[in-house]
Amino acid sequence: MTALASPRAMRALLPALSLVLVLAGIAWLNPRAISYFGFSLMLNLAVPIALATVAQMFVIAGNDLDLSIGPFIGFTGCIAATWLNDTPLLGAAMLLGCIAVYAALGALIALRNLPSIVVTLGMSFVWQGLAILLLPKPGGAAPDWLQALMSVKPPLLPFPVLAALVIAAAAWFGLMRTSYGAVLRGSGGNPAAVARAGWSLLAIKMALFALAGLFGVLSGLALIGITTSADANIGNGYTLLSIAGVILGGGEFVGGVVSPVGAVIGALTLALAASPLLTFLRIPPDWQVGANGAILIIVLAARARIGRRSEP
Amino acid sequence: MTAIRNQPWLWSFLGAGLVWLAAILFTHGTGAGGMLTAALALAVFTVVVGIGQMFVITLGPGNVDLSLPANIGLASAVSMTVMNGSDGRIAIGLLAALGCGLAIGIANYLLIRALRIPPIIATLSASFIIQSIDISYGRGLQIKPPPGFADFANAEILGVPVLAILTVLFSVAAAIALRRTVYGRSALAIGQNMRAARFAGLRVERIRAVTYALCGTLGGLDGALLAGYFRGANVDIGNEYLLASIAVVVIGGTSVAGGKANVPGIWGAALFLVLLLTMLNTFGVSSGVRLLATGLIIVAVIAAAGGERERR
Repeated sequence: MTALASPRAMRALLPALSLVLVLAGIAWLNPRAISYFGFSLMLNLAVPIALATVAQMFVIAGNDLDLSIGPFIGFTGCIAATWLNDTPLLGAAMLLGCIAVYAALGALIALRNLPSIVVTLGMSFVWQGLAILLLPKPGGAAPDWLQALMSVKPPLLPFPVLAALVIAAAAWFGLMRTSYGAVLRGSGGNPAAVARAGWSLLAIKMALFALAGLFGVLSGLALIGITTSADANIGNGYTLLSIAGVILGGGEFVGGVVSPVGAVIGALTLALAASPLLTFLRIPPDWQVGANGAILIIVLAARARIGRRSEP
Repeated sequence: MTAIRNQPWLWSFLGAGLVWLAAILFTHGTGAGGMLTAALALAVFTVVVGIGQMFVITLGPGNVDLSLPANIGLASAVSMTVMNGSDGRIAIGLLAALGCGLAIGIANYLLIRALRIPPIIATLSASFIIQSIDISYGRGLQIKPPPGFADFANAEILGVPVLAILTVLFSVAAAIALRRTVYGRSALAIGQNMRAARFAGLRVERIRAVTYALCGTLGGLDGALLAGYFRGANVDIGNEYLLASIAVVVIGGTSVAGGKANVPGIWGAALFLVLLLTMLNTFGVSSGVRLLATGLIIVAVIAAAGGERERR
């Protein structure tokens, strides 16, 4: 019994284990970093990364892949630093419109049975183009309330840690604990069965993409709240980070197998490993992206080993 | 008649022709020939990686090489360093580029096979690491191709770029390899049904290894050619070829679900994309509008072409 349960349990624990390992590495290299202030600094950009990862997770849950989430986050960030600041109502309407476009993309992909990789690659140009049109030069200013929100100093837990907990709990409850969440995941596991049970695959795809759009917008807002001004290219790195975060957190590309809590942990691991750990190890920033790739490979290799052992 | 209309590549050539007409109508016919020459020259680079990507995508769902841009960037730097500006070292430099690409292709396959990582993530992680190697290796390098190589990459015969002629010959060879050789037919069979292909006694893993190695090698070749054509190598030289390589394969009539490939369509789609950019440049639009229009047109073309319903 335990022999059967243990590989699965180890698989589930793997994301947390990698986070602990990275934290242990940081603690060993620089004990002073493990403090309220240290975490606030090191996890500075973890909130937008975690939100982007959750956005990507919704798309992956439906067996699709969103290669446009980075430029999308950049574009919503540009809206936040311009229209949302100058004319809040118009800005909010624009952001809602962005979510509607995401839902429409889901509809297009479902109706025409299109490959999401190509559609979203095309959309990445669209978002990038819109961002450059809106903000040709870096600039703009984040609304004051957004800056205030992102620099809150809650007691006991640093804000990024608290925010990560809230994001993970919300996504976990919505996707893993509600009946429609099970249907959403089911559309990735066995779409035919879900359709025969009377659910509309079109509505499901639209819901998944709308959720991705919503979390993308939140990620853009969080990012601009931290950086206080925007740049058309500010979100570009988030596409690959978000995919890496989902996979690192135990998600699979097919079958609707995703883990919201794992995805947030994956995002935190990437945020910590990419820059603080490397800085403490005195590795030049040239290798930041490479470190992300290496972590991804190591974790997936570990997962494959565990998986292989569990087979009879 | 229907046989001709059902040829998927026809539409991409038609689109290319229409875009060209729109551009020369705008200029009242001036520069029509020059536009075609430039389009042929630029299309070469997309076609070379497009053919590699086509063989990979043909292997079936989930097979795609996301490491091409990083691969092109690294190979361009490696080949230019090896050539070291001297005409006598062109051949060694080209071999170095091919070897660099081949090594990346083999590394991709080993990640997929040995660590059982899905191809998208394997090539993505690999591209992270390659990017870092490239940034670290190419830092501060100002590398120019030898004059002989640059002249060769830019040479024309009667207004037709020499590289385009060579690439057409290569495309014919690739089409024959796809339709008439054991390798090509095996790749198609694997894409249609990997289990059936395995039971039929095909050497599935060997074919996959060859395909990823081939795609990597073509990426390396592309890197050297690009550096020659643009008279210099840089880290970002391959960036646009992620979207381009996938888009030309899909627009050209190759099925993203695998098992159905089309070589002529890649030429049509590549000319379409290049002429589209030429047209937008002729209209004198800003870079934001250009990105926006490119993205929208790609999404529209994909949506109009439509995906395939599940066979079986």
